Amino acid sequence: MTAISDRRQLAYIAAQAADARVNVELEAEGMTLNIGPQHPATHGTLRIVARLDGEQVVEADPVMGYMHRGYEKLSEVRTYPQVTALINRIDWLGSFANEVPFILAAEQLMGVEAPPRARHIRTILFELARIANVTLFLGDMGVQLGAVTPIFYAFRDREHILNQIESATGGRFHPNFDRIGGVKDDLPAGWISETKQSLGQIRKFCDVMEDLIVGNEIFQARCRGIGVIPADVGLGYGLSGANIRSSGVDWDLRRDNPHPGLAYDAIDWKVWTHPDGDSFARYWVRLQEVREACHIVDQLLDTMPAGPIMAKVPRIIKVPEGEAFVETENPLGVMGYYVVSQGGLEPFRVKIRSASFSNMSISPWLLKGSYVPDVITILASLYFILGDIDR
Amino acid sequence: MGLVESGKLPKSLTALLNTSRKYSLWVYQWGLACCAIEMGAAFGSPRYDVMRLGVIPLPASPRQADLVVVSGTVTDKMAPAIRRLYEQMPEPKYVISMGSCANCGGPYWDSYSVTKGVDQIIPVDVYVPGCPPRPEALLEGIVLLQELIQNEDMAAKWKGDPLALGS
Repeated sequence: MTAISDRRQLAYIAAQAADARVNVELEAEGMTLNIGPQHPATHGTLRIVARLDGEQVVEADPVMGYMHRGYEKLSEVRTYPQVTALINRIDWLGSFANEVPFILAAEQLMGVEAPPRARHIRTILFELARIANVTLFLGDMGVQLGAVTPIFYAFRDREHILNQIESATGGRFHPNFDRIGGVKDDLPAGWISETKQSLGQIRKFCDVMEDLIVGNEIFQARCRGIGVIPADVGLGYGLSGANIRSSGVDWDLRRDNPHPGLAYDAIDWKVWTHPDGDSFARYWVRLQEVREACHIVDQLLDTMPAGPIMAKVPRIIKVPEGEAFVETENPLGVMGYYVVSQGGLEPFRVKIRSASFSNMSISPWLLKGSYVPDVITILASLYFILGDIDR
Repeated sequence: MGLVESGKLPKSLTALLNTSRKYSLWVYQWGLACCAIEMGAAFGSPRYDVMRLGVIPLPASPRQADLVVVSGTVTDKMAPAIRRLYEQMPEPKYVISMGSCANCGGPYWDSYSVTKGVDQIIPVDVYVPGCPPRPEALLEGIVLLQELIQNEDMAAKWKGDPLALGS
């Protein structure tokens, strides 16, 4: 492996030298730069081994598995209600969103349908998880480019959403609230008006971010034209979510393949895209998505139906034999669960398709030829969570 | 500092040294999983504001740190890196293990790839339970550690024996 890459590297350097007709004495020795496994810019424990020519990356190898916890195998020895407690921790920033596709798959296998109020609550929490997730990205991207202020704002305003999630579910971080056939509890009194206030805070936060970051000259200089993903390449690597929408692909599972277990059909909202496909576009699209999520939650709060929050399900959940695959548009992209049941208390097999794994798989292609400071920009703008990659 | 090594440190001087040490903890954030975000909320957010406890979460490298917070799931692949980090830190050094995963494996108690507790690799001074612990819980852990530092006997700590690592 090393020998091959060394040869490629030497060939690359030779080609560069011949092209530019630089003095051979000025040729830089190949240098290997190790980023990670513990680095704040990697959202956890990703390690990237970059081979450099001067300041240019010749080849970048992501090394994964530092956060591998064996979810797929553990799910086979947990009962269905126990699995949701576990999979909360896959994408730890938008915890509730991880439960939804799994519960929907289990509901599909059991032939249970959640009542309308449960669907609404589920969708609201799903979108709140998206806000909680992406607000941190909006601040974090600033930190990684050298602006420390935005992260303080992000942590401050994210608390408003976490408070609402906590008062509804009891869990600030990992709600474990979704159940097969509905949700665990009804909303507490006064929750709707409090949530509307929190959404106002988030909208204000978005405006501040727009002023602070999007309009910032330095930010634009560091992001515009950096890490451009053409739409066909992105689709080829299986990118999803805001990463592919910022390459101009108008594709959102919430609109294009809405699951009957979620209440996206009755509301009016918009999918944001950006034609550029660079780091700036990815930031901009996510900023708009937070606003759109506020808009969605607002409408859902207004149209909250009355009624039960649980369908009739047996006390001990046994899922009949069969297999189901459900994917939803999670904060990081498309997340899907392929659940195979053999009629027992536990799933026979759970395959998790997580968004970050595919989103990150483009990084060797994208980092090739970029400069060292841009590596951080590109990794930050791709926005992955290591728990979502390694599982 | 021959005074410290000889063990003849006056009590009042020990108290002064300990007080100054406990209010200038430079903490290295070893964020691994979910707890890293709660640690970020505790250290980086204006709502919890850890700096009022005299903790400075800014060292660029473990070589400048007095305290490391291991927050999150320690996997077998990550364990050597954590051990190396700990060995790079200068004495006296303290470890806070944050969250169930770092304490004992947590929800991954039967996983094939998770180290069941960071105390298998490095000695831990304070365990903060929770999955993940709230930021307030981490602050409580830091206060407990400060108490521990305050009551430390410098002479006993510095009597020259090598530190026993691991368990």
